[in-house]
Amino acid sequence: MQAYPVSVPLPSDDKRWKLVAATMRRHNYNATALIEVLHTVQESFGYLDDVALRFVASSLRLPMSTVFGVATFYHFFSLKPPGEHTCVVCMGTGCYVKGAARLMQTIEEIAGVKAGQTTADGKVSVVAARCIGACSLSPAVVFDGEVIPRVQPATIRDQFRRWMSHDA
Amino acid sequence: MTHDELREIAEKERDEQSRVPRKLNVCVAAGCLSLRSDQVLDALQTGLRERGLEGGCRARGVGCMGLCAAGPLVRSEPQHTYYRELSPGAPEVLSAILDNLDGRPVPEFALSPDLPFFAAQQKIVLENCGEIDPERIEDYIAADGYEALLSCIAGRSPDDVVQEIIRSGLRGRGGGGYPTGLKWSMVAKAPGDRKYVICNADEGDPGAFMDRSVLESDPHRVLEGMIIAAYAVGATKGYIYCRAEYPLAVKRLKVAIRQAEKLGLLGKRIGDSQFGFEIEIRLGAGAFVCGEETALIASVEGRRGEPRQRPPFPAYSGLHHAATLLNNVETFANVPPILRKGGSWFSSIGTEKSKGTKVFALVGDVMNTGLIEVPMGITLRDLVYKLGGGIAAGRQFKAVQTGGPSGGCIPAQFLDMNVDYESLMTVGSIMGSGGLIVMDDSKCMVDVAKFFMDFTRDESCGKCIPCRVGTTQLHRLLERISEGNGKLEDLDTLDRLGTMVRRTALCGLGQTAPNPVRSTLKYFREEYVQHIAGKTCAQGRCPCAAKPAACTEKQGEPTDAGAKSIPG
Repeated sequence: MQAYPVSVPLPSDDKRWKLVAATMRRHNYNATALIEVLHTVQESFGYLDDVALRFVASSLRLPMSTVFGVATFYHFFSLKPPGEHTCVVCMGTGCYVKGAARLMQTIEEIAGVKAGQTTADGKVSVVAARCIGACSLSPAVVFDGEVIPRVQPATIRDQFRRWMSHDA
Repeated sequence: MTHDELREIAEKERDEQSRVPRKLNVCVAAGCLSLRSDQVLDALQTGLRERGLEGGCRARGVGCMGLCAAGPLVRSEPQHTYYRELSPGAPEVLSAILDNLDGRPVPEFALSPDLPFFAAQQKIVLENCGEIDPERIEDYIAADGYEALLSCIAGRSPDDVVQEIIRSGLRGRGGGGYPTGLKWSMVAKAPGDRKYVICNADEGDPGAFMDRSVLESDPHRVLEGMIIAAYAVGATKGYIYCRAEYPLAVKRLKVAIRQAEKLGLLGKRIGDSQFGFEIEIRLGAGAFVCGEETALIASVEGRRGEPRQRPPFPAYSGLHHAATLLNNVETFANVPPILRKGGSWFSSIGTEKSKGTKVFALVGDVMNTGLIEVPMGITLRDLVYKLGGGIAAGRQFKAVQTGGPSGGCIPAQFLDMNVDYESLMTVGSIMGSGGLIVMDDSKCMVDVAKFFMDFTRDESCGKCIPCRVGTTQLHRLLERISEGNGKLEDLDTLDRLGTMVRRTALCGLGQTAPNPVRSTLKYFREEYVQHIAGKTCAQGRCPCAAKPAACTEKQGEPTDAGAKSIPG
């Protein structure tokens, strides 16, 4: 496919849009780069909102339905803003047989949220992962990007207390 | 780069390495890294500097050594002694190691390399894991890296390379077990001057991390395998489709690609020949179905990862409708050693129909969890008891699950079975990508079947009805049984529905999705009956076993045999 000059203006003067535009430019605004571009958006903004999806759609000259279809098809993309902190609970088979379901239950008890939700105060997002590949350290969770091996419900309770207390 | 220049680099690097007689290899793959092995490495380097030992001993980061359960692992060379569970918070242990570099190993933390876990392995794919620094191409070259590639380009025709792979008997390591050489020759013969090579690094199988470890520990091996494949089939462009959940693997791949390009081993005019090939990384975005080849190709094209009807097979019409060779990480990783040592060497390892070795992720309720590579045909008993060290915490072996959500649960009666593609199929499971999840007697098989069904139901792309609706209905039936509300007829329905989904689904995901249910129903039928007739779960894992108030404490312990609990 040939490259063409694109005149879609950036949605705002937020510098992060330049990163998104740079990814599209690197791929010559080719529609096959859609997933790569959405990765950049999510990496820069934390999630994909309506403004971003529309901007990407018009820049890559794709129908909005296609972009929305791709964004919702893949688990990795989130359409909701994340909380201040994220807690990823691995629900892979290795972790499951070692009691990952109990960890999820603990989170629900103390924070009142299920996988895919964020606490009402916006402090913590809880995510269930398919498998983070840390199977020999199961059950594993990821607190703000840091893999924690062999997690006990008490570990979860402590971390959530720290995150959810007001002075945190 | 010419062949001579490559040899020059290799010799220079070997010479440099031999000047430092002692080494401390610190694992910096994701498992040990999450246990802070980077700080252990720093502390060891600082310690060496303080002792003025830098000239005599080098501490460096290397890839996965396999025994992830005992991480962070360090291996002291030349004695090959492993040190386990080193913590940056225990500087006295690290000091003791540094003070005894030549003497006896520090006993409390030492592991002998003669342990069955290490000694019973045979390493081909993992031969460099734990030996080389994954972020230095010179290390890989010193270990005969890119030797196979440059000798192919210099002295072998593409067809000759394909024949060597056919001779080796290598079969696809992603799970299907399709003969690799046959696939290569199909792509090589396919018409069209634009062809692609794709590496499937979207390790979606939950409970498996073989590909992650290979990419993090020895990324150049995968690149070399891909470049050789491209030469053999006549491709000019390649993609590595890697999970976004593996940031470290992606980072090391990027470093490796840059290094190979700089040395002229990737890009235009590889090895000063007319052959050119470039590789790009594409990030997956979390869809299990993208392990299916046509879905993966759709995803590389930036679309929803939905499979399509085959034929045409990707070997004729794949990425952008061009002939495409698609292999898994481990398959490509086997290619350089096969070409270096010959196809007949490779085919002398393993069984009659399954050649070579297989990497397994041994996880679950065994003592030694981690990554192992063993010859095909090893018995399950050896895997669980010899390498795995038996079941943890004094419990009994119940089943081993292979093949992830597409595989089955194998009960104790088959422990002496040989592990190869065909044998696993005869007991209702599959080889899969290499996840081996060992389960002890505290696990409920209805719960395990429900777990996998929940997974495939959620991961079904929704394109074909048998899979979309079938997996949902199967999951609903299992849920009902686990809540204690099942009927005995449900077992027949599970069987019938499972057969229907298996026969009519569009792609491999749906066709294999009923396997966990079918195998548990076959070997552990009495557990299903117990949930239905007795409305109880002996392992206390299902909702039907939960008593009000005391449900969480009871997990993992058998409940009273005759106790009837409140359903739901």
